[in-house]
Amino acid sequence: MPIVIFELPDGTQRKVTADSGTVLMQAAVSNGVDGIVAECGGNASCATCHVYVDERHGELVGPPNDVEDEMLDFTAAERRPTSRLSCQVQVSDALDGLVVHIPEEQV
Amino acid sequence: MSAAGVVVVGGGQAGFSVVQALRGAGYEGPVTVFADEPRLPYQRPPLSKKAHTEPEGLGVDLVPESFYRERDIDLRLGEYVAALDTAACAVTTGSGERVPYEHLVLATGARNRPLPVPGAELAGIHALRSLDDALTIGRALSTARDVVVVGGGFIGLELAQVARARGARVTVVELADRLLSRAVSPQLQEHLRERHERDGIRILTGTAVERIEGKGGQVHQVVTGQGPLPADLVVYGIGATPRDELAREAGLAVDDGVIVDEQLRSVSDPRVFAVGDCARHPHPHADGLIRLESVQNAMDQGALVGRRIAGGAAGPYESLPWFWSDQGPVKLQIAGLRASTDEVRVVPGDSDTLERLAAYAFRDERLVAVETLNWPAEHLAARRLLQQDPPVSPTDLAGSTLGALARARRTKEVRA
Ligand SMILES: Cc1cc2nc3c(=O)[nH]c(=O)nc-3n(C[C@H](O)[C@H](O)[C@H](O)COP(=O)(O)OP(=O)(O)OC[C@H]3O[C@@H](n4cnc5c(N)ncnc54)[C@H](O)[C@@H]3O)c2cc1C
Ligand code: FES
Repeated sequence: MPIVIFELPDGTQRKVTADSGTVLMQAAVSNGVDGIVAECGGNASCATCHVYVDERHGELVGPPNDVEDEMLDFTAAERRPTSRLSCQVQVSDALDGLVVHIPEEQV
Repeated sequence: MSAAGVVVVGGGQAGFSVVQALRGAGYEGPVTVFADEPRLPYQRPPLSKKAHTEPEGLGVDLVPESFYRERDIDLRLGEYVAALDTAACAVTTGSGERVPYEHLVLATGARNRPLPVPGAELAGIHALRSLDDALTIGRALSTARDVVVVGGGFIGLELAQVARARGARVTVVELADRLLSRAVSPQLQEHLRERHERDGIRILTGTAVERIEGKGGQVHQVVTGQGPLPADLVVYGIGATPRDELAREAGLAVDDGVIVDEQLRSVSDPRVFAVGDCARHPHPHADGLIRLESVQNAMDQGALVGRRIAGGAAGPYESLPWFWSDQGPVKLQIAGLRASTDEVRVVPGDSDTLERLAAYAFRDERLVAVETLNWPAEHLAARRLLQQDPPVSPTDLAGSTLGALARARRTKEVRA
């Protein structure tokens, strides 16, 4: 199972095991990673699961889907080139070692 | 100082949010959560939007058990709080244990209104509130062919789409003349009705259920003002009432919910807070006190109370209300409070198919609520703009969407 690293705004890192077949948001929530609010439970309704994929892994994770792309214009923290909604990122073995950064604000 | 600590009654969305915020804000005293359901606290929204026969299939736990353990939160699953003694600052559990508190948070949620018709006790008739209810309905849908949904509100329409997707013939029976009659604007009510009918769901509005008849103890047909409907499964969602009896019996002010002030403290006792579905509270966007049943309200109220008890700065409760409902292919989202608006303008998000729509509701020339269908970006833009000054006027929106307006205002900010 892939290991994913969430980096908090203060620089601390949380290493968690993510289950293939789930989404990145679930890995954060089920491990109690602070800063991923996920109000809508992964429903692409709230944009409170925003993350910045580390630049090194941008290509591995890929671009947002259409609905997500539009939503990313209205997240609480600024949008960046590697912004994603973590509930829309499928976990697979290829993501082992992935680093994502958690923005300052979600709501 | 405080060996008694914080006691939270109710382990749902709001109770969870309280303890998450307490520990997040550095509260170090004892924290006890009484959650009468025998399983880990979970989310309710997926229950009416997916049908499953296994709890794992729904994947709804808010957080795993380790979350509570690592934060030294005493989560008492399957334990019910039976009484509250505000003079002694203690609660009594169903098994007679007395637990003292320094701060008490009531997060007891709501219960479904029972179906007030003869025959409602027959087998095959279900309401939906808990995970167990959802599993029962999920199993029943494996064999059900004729499903009658009583109530054309959010939960009824979500379940109607779930049942339809499982291949059943589905009829929704609604007493009011329109679907979602209080919740959304008339323009969207009509649109939603057409949408559901296009998916093969039969909708009878202005129709009362008179009685339910069975064969061998099992539901057989639903008799309505428009005649009988065959049914091997009946699900109903006709509203909920707050679980405020603990507060009422303890002598706290209650009126269809525990009455709290802008800090979410009981107006009768500053040591008692109430949050989520069970609280009736003031809100800057409402005329009087309101009670909301939504995840946003439960999460934000819980977080405010958790931070306040932990001593973190927190002003009055004024979060913008928002809500979503997934009805099969339709994602409905609402931002703001729609009550007493005087103009509603419907704007298509795509010119030909009308799959995406927004309804802007104005009051005294300012935007107060926005409903969207299949248009989450517009919903998010609405949430930003409804919280900004200056308020959005009808003129601002002439020929524009909120998305465009929000982008334009953001660019202006950056330039300024
Ligand atoms: C089927 C369904 C679908 C929904 N869909 C949506 C949606 O799409 N979007 C949305 O925003 N909202 C939705 N909601 C509403 C949302 O789930 C609620 O507003 C939210 O759960 C309220 O949280 P709460 O903590 O106040 O209450 P709850 O989540 O109901 O939790 C209260 C808990 O307290 C326990 N309890 C009560 N009394 C006691 C006692 N004396 N001792 C111990 N424990 C006690 C109860 O058993 C319950 O577990 C839905 C609700 C349902 C039922
Ligand atoms: S959790 Fe709500 S959009 Fe991702």
